[in-house]
Amino acid sequence: MSAFTSKFADELIANAAYIGTPGKGILAADESTGTIGKRLASINVENVETNRRILRELLFTAPGALPCLSGVILFEETLYQKSSDGKLFVDILKEGGVLPGIKVDKGTVELAGTNGETTTQGLDGLGDRCKKYYEAGARFAKWRAVLKIGENEPSELSIHENAYGLARYAVICQENGLVPIVEPEILVDGSHDIQKCAAVTERVLAACYKALSDHHVLLEGTLLKPNMVTPGSDSPKVSPEVIAEHTVRALQRTVPAAVPAIVFLSGGQSEEEATRNLNAMNQLKTKKPWSLSFSFGRALQQSTLKTWAGKEENVKAAQEALYVRCKANSEATLGTYKGDAKLGDGAAESLHVKDYKY
Amino acid sequence: MSAFVGKYADELIKTAKYIATPGKGILAADESTGTIGKRFASINVENVESNRQALRELLFTSPGAFPCLSGVILFEETLYQKTSDGKPFVDLLMENGVIPGIKVDKGVVDLAGTNGETTTQGLDSLGARCQEYYKAGARFAKWRAVLKIGATEPSELSIQENAKGLARYAIICQENGLVPIVEPEVLTDGSHDIKKCAAVTETVLAAVYKALNDHHVLLEGTLLKPNMVTPGSDSPKVAAEVIAEYTVTALRRTVPPAVPGIVFLSGGQSEEEATLNLNAMNKLDVLKPWTLTFSFGRALQQSTLKAWAGKTENVAKAQATFLIRCKGNSDATLGKYTGGASGDSAASESLYEKGYKY
Repeated sequence: MSAFTSKFADELIANAAYIGTPGKGILAADESTGTIGKRLASINVENVETNRRILRELLFTAPGALPCLSGVILFEETLYQKSSDGKLFVDILKEGGVLPGIKVDKGTVELAGTNGETTTQGLDGLGDRCKKYYEAGARFAKWRAVLKIGENEPSELSIHENAYGLARYAVICQENGLVPIVEPEILVDGSHDIQKCAAVTERVLAACYKALSDHHVLLEGTLLKPNMVTPGSDSPKVSPEVIAEHTVRALQRTVPAAVPAIVFLSGGQSEEEATRNLNAMNQLKTKKPWSLSFSFGRALQQSTLKTWAGKEENVKAAQEALYVRCKANSEATLGTYKGDAKLGDGAAESLHVKDYKY
Repeated sequence: MSAFVGKYADELIKTAKYIATPGKGILAADESTGTIGKRFASINVENVESNRQALRELLFTSPGAFPCLSGVILFEETLYQKTSDGKPFVDLLMENGVIPGIKVDKGVVDLAGTNGETTTQGLDSLGARCQEYYKAGARFAKWRAVLKIGATEPSELSIQENAKGLARYAIICQENGLVPIVEPEVLTDGSHDIKKCAAVTETVLAAVYKALNDHHVLLEGTLLKPNMVTPGSDSPKVAAEVIAEYTVTALRRTVPPAVPGIVFLSGGQSEEEATLNLNAMNKLDVLKPWTLTFSFGRALQQSTLKAWAGKTENVAKAQATFLIRCKGNSDATLGKYTGGASGDSAASESLYEKGYKY
């Protein structure tokens, strides 16, 4: 076959399809130690292992949340952590019908000779790491490639490097039983219009799928995590319907039907924006052979974090806030979100950070 | 946009979509003068213009055939020919809901340094020619690229050259109002199995869609004319359902949903085989975001030619035969063909010719 068929093929296909179940999506809780430190700092919480563990326990035991989720992406540390009564997080998730996933990239490094463009590292020993993660209970992985829009960006070099890095990562994952989430994020930074974002997104995605084909990746056992197609952060906003139209069209032009699901990143969008945009896409009457769902980090956790503020007495309220966002996004995957989610503190707050680094 | 949106964009999208109407398909009647000569020789008919006109008039005035067809591909000579009562063929077709198309390539030439691989010529002044054809009434075009399977074929050079040639042809067509049918035919010659054909077809199609993206082709205004995925001509045959499964899987892995229709070539298949295979594909219970229909030459005309044998007194019988194949294939696009459309042995006759050259 053009696609590499490993011993894990059937399992990869089943897991990828499950993650794309309508009504469910992914919670991206894979902030690295450095990144989670920034989040904790914003609510005056010390960045120590116990606090990181407490936060994730808060998320994974939130009543009503797990049924809205098909997967949670974890950072390596979290893959081995337990709840306060000694139960492994991965077991809590599995029992709740949620597949554990693992971030496997090692961040970005600059491409010399470009204007601040990057490539992503993490291929060294990746196969062995994936094997270990599979043994620990992970069933999918995530690798974030980053591109930007500018006068001369993204360059052909940046597109090619990132596409082929993603493809190499993807096939190594599949050799070791992990469904690769392919994430070619085009940053929202800039003053370009939505047409420009659409053009770049189509070009980048076309390159990704050529690279995946070259590397014999089994598309039925992958997921795509793209940016939504929007105007740049310095440009006037447009309605969710316009975002939906441009986004779905870009995907129709580039993403083969063999891919079971597309799980959007939220970028710098506020919780409410991200949900409304996803909802509009699912309401659009046009060809969508893949399910359209979410893989949100900030856009699921922002109000939860603020409500928690590191205090045990706030845990219950914080878990409610998480449930509100989970439920709203679950409805958005079905196109039934009515915009009536109890807006928690900060739900409408933009989460855009210029030139955001994980 | 990533896609070039010229003044013809809306028309291209509408035409492509119409050609892909379920229940309809394309009659490929674009045999060059040399090629139609071979057909005529097989039925002892002289290869002169009046006979070429008589054959096409026979086909285009077949009672009941029009509703089964959305388009007919013509050779340049035919574009300017008329019926015996003086009506231009293009007018006759248009009046009956059948869109005239035009073959625009100028055949294949060998790629030096390869093992008999070829590229297709015809790009010189193609824009000007397309303009003329549009004025004459054509609304879609066809360009046949040819690849073969062998120990070291298709080579990367052959894949790249043919993909890029197709992309360049496609954009020039769109600039001039013609919907390009993109035809990357992987020849059936060889002793390879169906898996090999699948792998090659997927690799070729992935390269084609990358090239189309690079050249800013508007996918919504194109059609794809691929080979079905089958064992090589020297290998044991397989069931229609197996062909359907491998073919549709290959297409799901490579053809973006934005493409409205896939119009299969029949290669060396007999009339009946081609219809049964198309039918099996349309019965397959899997998500297909494009319609699957036919663009058959030999597989629509073989028994008709034999029945005609160049004699006026046989015209009605030949037209009845033609209608049977049209109706059978129309049913096949809906998954409703029940087989054995004509008791005629010609229908089961393989039309395979080794190293077939148009």
